[in-house]
Amino acid sequence: MKPITRLHSRTAVLADENIDTDRIIPARFLTTTTREGLGQLCFHDWRYQADGSDNAAFPLNRPEARGCSILVAGRNFGCGSSREHAPWALLDYGIRAVLCSEIADIFRGNALKNGLLAIVIDEPEHRWLLRHPGIELAIDVREQYIALPDGGRIRFALEPFARHCLLHGVDQLGYLLQHEKAITHYEQQEQAA
Amino acid sequence: MSARTLFEKIWDAHVVAAETADTPAILYVDLHLVHEVTSPQAFSELRERGLKLRRPDRMLATLDHSTPTLPAHADGSRPYANPEARAQVAQLEANCREFGVELHGWDSTERGIVHVIGPELGATQPGMTIVCGDSHTSTHGAFGALAFGIGTTEVGHVMATQCLLQRQPKTMAIHVDGALPPGVGAKDLILHIIGTIGVDGGTGHVLEYRGAAIEALSMDERMTICNMSIEAGARAGLIAPDETTFAWLQGRPRVPQGAAWDAAVAQWRTLKSDDGARYDREVRIDAGAVKPTVTYGTHPGMAIALDAPVPAATNAQERRALDYMQSQPGQPMQGTPVDVVFVGSCTNSRLSDLREVARVLRGRRIAEGVRMLVVPGSEAVRREAEREGLHRVFLAAGAEWRVPGCSMCIAMNGDLAQPGQLVVSTSNRNFEGRQGKGARTVLASPATAAASAIAGHIADPRAYLGAADHSREQAA
Ligand code: SF4
Repeated sequence: MKPITRLHSRTAVLADENIDTDRIIPARFLTTTTREGLGQLCFHDWRYQADGSDNAAFPLNRPEARGCSILVAGRNFGCGSSREHAPWALLDYGIRAVLCSEIADIFRGNALKNGLLAIVIDEPEHRWLLRHPGIELAIDVREQYIALPDGGRIRFALEPFARHCLLHGVDQLGYLLQHEKAITHYEQQEQAA
Repeated sequence: MSARTLFEKIWDAHVVAAETADTPAILYVDLHLVHEVTSPQAFSELRERGLKLRRPDRMLATLDHSTPTLPAHADGSRPYANPEARAQVAQLEANCREFGVELHGWDSTERGIVHVIGPELGATQPGMTIVCGDSHTSTHGAFGALAFGIGTTEVGHVMATQCLLQRQPKTMAIHVDGALPPGVGAKDLILHIIGTIGVDGGTGHVLEYRGAAIEALSMDERMTICNMSIEAGARAGLIAPDETTFAWLQGRPRVPQGAAWDAAVAQWRTLKSDDGARYDREVRIDAGAVKPTVTYGTHPGMAIALDAPVPAATNAQERRALDYMQSQPGQPMQGTPVDVVFVGSCTNSRLSDLREVARVLRGRRIAEGVRMLVVPGSEAVRREAEREGLHRVFLAAGAEWRVPGCSMCIAMNGDLAQPGQLVVSTSNRNFEGRQGKGARTVLASPATAAASAIAGHIADPRAYLGAADHSREQAA
């Protein structure tokens, strides 16, 4: 994972609440055995019409949403299945951050491990962002704030270890492997018990 | 030591390195379940990094999600939905061979849905930590195990280190007082609970179900309850192990035997929340008020009694959900015409579920134009059901009897509904398109599903259960 300190983009908005991971990537596409190329399938059944053409009613298909890498989504984004294909698909589609007043647990963990900034913000700010699509934001991971065009700031909490990993591109598996001794010690104690 | 909850006892016993302000805890995993969909990228990563599995003896793999539920062709080949599904299964077979993982593949007499076979084999035991790249891992909490779903990156972590980086979740007690009325089951109860606390009501929490109504449940029913904890957003669901649990586990292949069994049970008896233990949240549910319950919208929290009117939409999302479902505000779901009935999934595909369905179907035919699939959760369930002759009841009623697998719960294996069709399903997710693009899912209990298949519309199972009992008495 590459280090991430700041992210600049206009926002795109998907205001629906409870957007589940089946909507982000339908289960029938989960027969893949790689992580790549899932952007084409992201939001598939919402984004395309039955004949394969773009669905004009899908908010991210609007011209002004193209190229936006910050997604403001309705409450409880990413609920449902634990499929990591959901953040893989979003990243490949071009989404780098999801802002929401509540994000489902497993999705949030999966997203952060892949460098997708899954950021929980307070409800009033969330409501405001939902009402103002297309505004330019700058997310500062180090200082934990989102800069608004008028100079205002939205502060956010981020689990310190996840923040550390984002800022330094830490490989979490590498980190775990460094604890080999402690793990072996645990296993020996367990066996003795 | 101060009073602890069941969750805290299991958590504390698995901490390899304690959590600090800057770092999450390192938590040891006792059992790692694996299936074909969420593991290939993790195996690839291990291979790329030149890593081995730390504890292949603590892994158990099965084929369930992409597998067809129609029998093999005469030449032994399987009717996969597409070449990708076939390749995905072949890849898990190859990965398990290469890395030395026990796989319950096509030739196993124990193959089945991952959350059905873990308990059947006795691999799931009280006090364990259990993970799987699958959100319904919460099912195993029915045995008093801390069990939760993880992503594929974490699957790789567990493969290489047998550990996970975890912040300690919060706890929430769900006290279910009283007794469920006749004809009302565990599925109705859990839909009622999710409808009450909401589809995100458990976010960040481990739920502990407790109280008289929970203690009265069988293990199969407890699994149905814990299975759907994730549908309330919870990390996991837990039920304290008791005599029901021990009796169910005794003699299963992987549990200790003889003196070791007695020692294990003695230890398992300590696995309950202490008097005075504190939960971050507590909710009370009156079991006596639960009715046969179904969903009317596009997430499991949109659940109501089947005779209650569908609530009017209060916002754009709810309008979208009602439009998608073609549900009529003010009208009950009861009476809605049904196209497909699916009995199966890790929520409701165990023997007792199939018996319940057979009880409703016996001596009856499903309605004209309704397609019904009955898919056992495992080869063991299939064997036992066929021994009891349940499959003959299903076939005589006009239903299809399939080979074990996830089937129409996830619709990535060839079993799916057509756009616009209404499916009454015993599975756990009614998301848009979950059972096929454009398919409309109504979650229900096995009894409600069976009753609806006979009636051709969503129907109250109590009428059918009552009648079946009556005819049995007359026959006796
Ligand atoms: S039956 Fe459904 S919910 Fe259960 S493991 Fe299979 S796909 Fe997942």
